[in-house]
Amino acid sequence: MRAAPVSGERTAALAQCGALDALDVLEAESIHIIREVVAEFERPVLLFSGGKDSVVVLHLAAKAFWPGKVPFPVLHVDTGHNFPEVLAFRDDTVARLGLRLEVASVQDYLDDGRLQERPDGTRNPLQTLPLLDAIAAGRHDAVFGGARRDEDKARAKERIISLRDEFGQWDPRNQRPELWSLYNGRHTPGQHVRAFPISNWTELDVWRYIEREGIELPPLYYAHEREVFRRDGMWRAVGEVSQPLQSETVERRVVRYRTVGDMSCTGAVESEASDVTAVVAEVARTTVTERGATRADDRLSEAAMEDRKKDGYF
Amino acid sequence: MTDVSTSAPRVATGVGGSTLFRFATAGSVDDGKSTLVGRLLHDSKAILADQLEQVARTSSERGFGQGTGFDFALLTDGLRAEREQGITIDVAYRYFSTGVRSFILADCPGHVQYTRNMVTGATTADAVVVLIDGRKGVLEQTRRHLAVVALLRVPHVIVAVNKIDLLGYDEQVFADVSGQVREVAAGLGLVDVHVLPVSALEGDNVVDRSPNTPWYDGPALLELLEALPAHDELETEFDAFRLPVQLVIRPQGGLTPELSADPEASESFRDYRAFAGRVASGRVRVGDRVAVFPSGIETTVAGIDVAGTSVDEASAPQSISLRLADEVDAARGAVIGGAGTLPAGRREIDAELFQLDGRPLTAGARVLVKHGTHTVQAIVASIDSRRDLDTLADEPATLLETNDIGRATLKLAADLPLEPYEANRHAGSFLVIHPADGATLAAGITPG
Repeated sequence: MRAAPVSGERTAALAQCGALDALDVLEAESIHIIREVVAEFERPVLLFSGGKDSVVVLHLAAKAFWPGKVPFPVLHVDTGHNFPEVLAFRDDTVARLGLRLEVASVQDYLDDGRLQERPDGTRNPLQTLPLLDAIAAGRHDAVFGGARRDEDKARAKERIISLRDEFGQWDPRNQRPELWSLYNGRHTPGQHVRAFPISNWTELDVWRYIEREGIELPPLYYAHEREVFRRDGMWRAVGEVSQPLQSETVERRVVRYRTVGDMSCTGAVESEASDVTAVVAEVARTTVTERGATRADDRLSEAAMEDRKKDGYF
Repeated sequence: MTDVSTSAPRVATGVGGSTLFRFATAGSVDDGKSTLVGRLLHDSKAILADQLEQVARTSSERGFGQGTGFDFALLTDGLRAEREQGITIDVAYRYFSTGVRSFILADCPGHVQYTRNMVTGATTADAVVVLIDGRKGVLEQTRRHLAVVALLRVPHVIVAVNKIDLLGYDEQVFADVSGQVREVAAGLGLVDVHVLPVSALEGDNVVDRSPNTPWYDGPALLELLEALPAHDELETEFDAFRLPVQLVIRPQGGLTPELSADPEASESFRDYRAFAGRVASGRVRVGDRVAVFPSGIETTVAGIDVAGTSVDEASAPQSISLRLADEVDAARGAVIGGAGTLPAGRREIDAELFQLDGRPLTAGARVLVKHGTHTVQAIVASIDSRRDLDTLADEPATLLETNDIGRATLKLAADLPLEPYEANRHAGSFLVIHPADGATLAAGITPG
């Protein structure tokens, strides 16, 4: 029997000495969750943006069903403001793993008037409607996401298997208790669940795992020089949808991204970390959270994430 | 005055090999639980500058002015409704790490629905930290917390006697409270109980040992959390092997592309068939004799794959795929265990139930029971008793209401391999589910 080319030495060594480290335990838990969802639901789908968290979930899914292929399609909610490097990475990954890609396009909704552009230009809150429509159209009863509880105080409250009503809404005051590792995914027609296999991982866990497994990411995550301007205390990339105001000065700086969402609200951080080892060290030392550093939309109000989630956001 | 400055996190850079430890907190209102959790996160440098800045800003808007520090509860109360009302609604999960361990903290609200929330947080916990206000000593609430911890067989109990600063760091007061705790704990059969004097507000014995309690020679809270063995570290070696089958991996949908591109590999994997699951307890090696529940058929382990790598042995809590020497019938819901170790199936359970749902549970109710990877129909044959959590005595009852703990008899539509919870947390626990709306009605355990 041939071994898959993934972390073989390490897994074998740990299995022999009987000690599992934190990453091994997190990996085992995530694979368990992914398998439970595939076993209990009819039409699961993975939200895949090409960002590091969904890339890690896809890697875990590949391990969970090895030597078979990943048994569900992936769905990308495309805001129309994505980094071109990330879209290219998304398409390469989907082709490499032989997956089916579904795309829900915010731009389509803006073009035909079902959605309207916001004055601040951010499209993150506009993703909810296309997402819910895509879930309904695909008749998906379980939607995997790469969200982690350490990202935001509202996410710290969410269950691993999170029940959503027919409007996709999350009701934080009426969640099912989650006991032992017995995940209860039963739902009535119209409802679906959001499943978060890496709920218990931190940003540092994700980066250590990417380092350990040699997982490929879009190049944006590593230090590179680019044209940026300062807005709301963040470095914004100059691009088609992200133009400086007259009062803002364009500079060339060495930066990297900690998250790679919508270009119109995702900021870069100054960094010299040009490889994964350097990024792990940088994340371990950082004194600012991932979202605090790079997400303008979470600064809209103290409960921005909670409010979006209640509406059906992931 | 609380120091709101922050510096580099305590965690060492690039260090792998740390272990994972899960713990839950329990405490009554005003015992200082939020302060303790906030202090633990803050002093272990798990709170980053932007979070701290936000809390400081909101604190000052709420009137925590100069000299009063900031409201630690704002660090942990994440929902709008929680912050507006100043109460904690639901369990929140927090993460921090030291050079030694990564911690998952289930931060459980202390009041109103205490049992329900504590059960949620404690079922996966390696330890529960129970807070006591040192000025009040052991209260009814403390007894209830300890009773739930005892029933759920949480491996370690840490009782933090808080507000020791308000008691003038008095050794005798701590000794008295400590004595009360040990008496209650002994009555409940709790084995591993640690009692320590802390001041969450001042930071005494939380992260570092305090010079204010020279008479206390034990560890600080964080030291204790770093040192106690986790559940899996404790039991794996001694327990019988159990693998609840989640699904059968037969790559009919196609091999992973890297294998299908290689004719030799795709040929060798054509008949691949493995039982995927997470090892619930014990250890399994290639060549071991195993048996399958419910068929009872015995066979030999031909191979073990862990996340795409063939290994010689695996143990809890790894997720594995098990290849067997013979073609046996084992679908989702089956359990693979060491030959000769599997329990007989049970059609009727005398169960201990923690009632979680608002709707009372009564005799005659049709429910679903989810045990491991198997969900079966069931009927509540009778409600047998309800436990008085103050006296810990069982009293007659005909229904179980929210937060009640009681005994009931359930009749099952199929055999389940239930084992005493005391011997095996996974094999002895189940959910009681509403068949129509899917709500989790109760958490169940099988008594010894």
